[in-house]
Amino acid sequence: MADTKSVLFKIRRQDSPDSKPHWEEFELPWHPGMNMISSMMEIARNPVTRDGKPTTPITYDSNCLEEVCGSCAMLINGKARMACSALVDKLEQPIRLEPLSKFPVIRDLSVDRSVLFENLKRVKAWVPVDGTYDLGSGPRVTMEAQEEAYPLSRCISCCICMEVCPQFNEHTGFVGAATISQVRLFNTHPTGAALKRERLEALMGDGGIQECGYAQNCVEACPKDIPLTTSISEVSGAVMTQAIGDLFRR
Amino acid sequence: MAANPKIIVVGGGLAGLSAVIKIAEMGGQVDLFSIVPVKRSHSVCAQGGINAAKNLKGEGDSTWQHLDDTVYGGDFLGNQPPIKAMCDAAPGIIDLLDRMGVPFNRTPEGLLDFRRFGGTLHHRTAFAGATTGQQLLYALDEQVRRYEAEGKVTKFESWEFLSAVLDSQRLCRGICAMDLRSMEVRTFPADAIIMATGGVGAIFGKSTNSVVCTGSAQSALYQQGCYYANGEFIQVHPTSIPGEDKLRLMSESARGEGGRVWVPKTLGDKREPNSIPENDRWYFLEEWYPKYGNLVPRDVATRAIFKVVYEHNLGIDGKPMVYLDLTHIDRATLDRKLEGILEIYEKFVGDDPRITPMKIFPGMHYTMGGLWVDFNQATNISGIFAAGECEYQYHGANRLGANSLVSCIFGGFTAGPHAMRYARNQQAASSNGRFDNERKRQQEINAGLMKSDGNENPFRLWRELGELMTKDCTVIRYNKNLQQTDAKLVEMLERFRNVNLSDRSMWANTSFAFTRQLYNMLQLSRVIAQGARMRDESRGAHYKPDFPERDDKNWLKTTKAYFAADADEPKFEFEPVDVSLIPARARKY
Repeated sequence: MADTKSVLFKIRRQDSPDSKPHWEEFELPWHPGMNMISSMMEIARNPVTRDGKPTTPITYDSNCLEEVCGSCAMLINGKARMACSALVDKLEQPIRLEPLSKFPVIRDLSVDRSVLFENLKRVKAWVPVDGTYDLGSGPRVTMEAQEEAYPLSRCISCCICMEVCPQFNEHTGFVGAATISQVRLFNTHPTGAALKRERLEALMGDGGIQECGYAQNCVEACPKDIPLTTSISEVSGAVMTQAIGDLFRR
Repeated sequence: MAANPKIIVVGGGLAGLSAVIKIAEMGGQVDLFSIVPVKRSHSVCAQGGINAAKNLKGEGDSTWQHLDDTVYGGDFLGNQPPIKAMCDAAPGIIDLLDRMGVPFNRTPEGLLDFRRFGGTLHHRTAFAGATTGQQLLYALDEQVRRYEAEGKVTKFESWEFLSAVLDSQRLCRGICAMDLRSMEVRTFPADAIIMATGGVGAIFGKSTNSVVCTGSAQSALYQQGCYYANGEFIQVHPTSIPGEDKLRLMSESARGEGGRVWVPKTLGDKREPNSIPENDRWYFLEEWYPKYGNLVPRDVATRAIFKVVYEHNLGIDGKPMVYLDLTHIDRATLDRKLEGILEIYEKFVGDDPRITPMKIFPGMHYTMGGLWVDFNQATNISGIFAAGECEYQYHGANRLGANSLVSCIFGGFTAGPHAMRYARNQQAASSNGRFDNERKRQQEINAGLMKSDGNENPFRLWRELGELMTKDCTVIRYNKNLQQTDAKLVEMLERFRNVNLSDRSMWANTSFAFTRQLYNMLQLSRVIAQGARMRDESRGAHYKPDFPERDDKNWLKTTKAYFAADADEPKFEFEPVDVSLIPARARKY
């Protein structure tokens, strides 16, 4: 039994952004420690479907394979997660691989997530330093403040929080949890706070933070355990305060 | 003469982004090319920290001591003036990163915390948990995004560098690149280009490197006439987690925070590691190297593990594995300082390293060699600069842990301004003829690959390459095997002609892009194998049992390989090392 053990995959293929998706099945010999990426590497070495039909290697996004670059997010048995850390032995078979559903498919499992990087631009997710010349040391930071900022700064831009969010869709244009959490990160930084008003303003109105429906899917799905809902409620409070203040200033 | 020069930067890791920031700040325009979105570059994988002799622990540390540790750790193969410049700049770089918002760990007083790392007796390593590379890359990525929003930087993500465009005087006038979605080949003019394309891990099949670290770009330039220096110096990290798809790094910071390496004293000890009493454990690094203990440099630790596993035959369960033990350290400290790497082990292996000792083994990790550059980061082809792991300058024969991040940033900060200076003094190109020629040359290569219908699967060929190079060109090297390796590489290049792309579509064809990289990997592998064959001595990461001593009389030299196009093979020159600051002395830890 042990030497004939195999692993079954059902992979959703799509040749181009406009073409119709279809499914292909693969049967691979089992190895200890297999994950989604090593399985797809195996398919590339022998691109033949389960019924013996020659096919093409799977196109997918990947880079670090250590769950820190954020590339390989996809739907695995219907759940949005990182492919590199999804181990075969912990999954029910056949293992179904599909692209994230809320981002344009480029090909097969590869999708276009540039919307997040555009959002980060919109909220000015950076610390506005004067320049890279020598200006001495940075601000003092307490251990507590560092311990609050660090988890937020571990966001890998995988976009899983957006994928699982019921409000993240074409109708709302919702910016999503990742961006809001970055606003919290930079607004709490002593120098980053210089752009606080602009960041909060960018989160007002349609597609802004008000679209959040508090479904809490984001915080459950985040592979880095980032306290996304805490970020949303904190930033939401700050947006509200600023909006009311603006009303009176007019 | 261009007042606001256009500079192309290839690669968006720490070195590339550092260069971009300097250029934008100096008023230049940047086109930034990257295979992946730059925020997903391999720099995110660096874990343990970044070295700078800030001397915040009252230990009397100094930038000179940093220089000495680096030069000594690199077994005196590094040119010393640029290493000194890097060590001198390091404290300022940490301050800048701190100002940019990197969440470095802090002391109770709110100052930067520093930890121990290999090859030094000082607390010199600033860190942000155990994901320092990620945090540094994000800080630079954010600054670049700011310049992008201001229109000073244009990103070409999902584009792959294919070659440089050289004019009739062999000056670089731009690059030729391929859109990895439409597979369109295009040329881009620039006044200078900076390569920041990382290491060559993929040549060894499985390594701690990311998927994009193929060395393809460096190899393409080597084939166009750039010197490639010290190719034979490959760092094998002592502690990685063996995996099906890659070797995952287990940071040196685990040992920096007190982690201990050991094996059971008797082969076949079936007990769970936690129930093996102290007396039955062999802490071989601590026994062999009482001064540095578990924090000897990587080449030394790696060879020690090989010795224990293959000579003493004491690998765990008879397998190539040893324990890396953190279980004696309290959970709160581990979580505060090492969480990122503990999480990796937990997710990929399934055991909690806070409770159970980790099983680890050495894995290919870092490329000390790379494109030859002068002290201004300029290659031998005018207009082509290089920074970061893709060049050879700062680490000699062995890199110290936590020196890579600082060398990437310093290299980028040096390359950017020098590229600008060069560009400002440059005459405009006379015609665009060369651009069309280069584009056609690359399109012909593509057409040839698409037509090729032999029986070699590129991914299987790659696996063979990786196994071959790992076996004969890493920790222990024999001349006979190296000779055979090179012969096999020639054979594989021959087989490459019969490569068969099972995918012939012209949209997001990853096999096609990979197959192009594979050819370049094969060419560069010969530089590594032949360089290793020639160097009859042992120095740093390069170890030959038949020549166990360092030989300064004959080999205190930089290896410089260049491509002989007619013969389709590497030729070699050697250049003396600049040891003007610290005379070479025996390396004994």
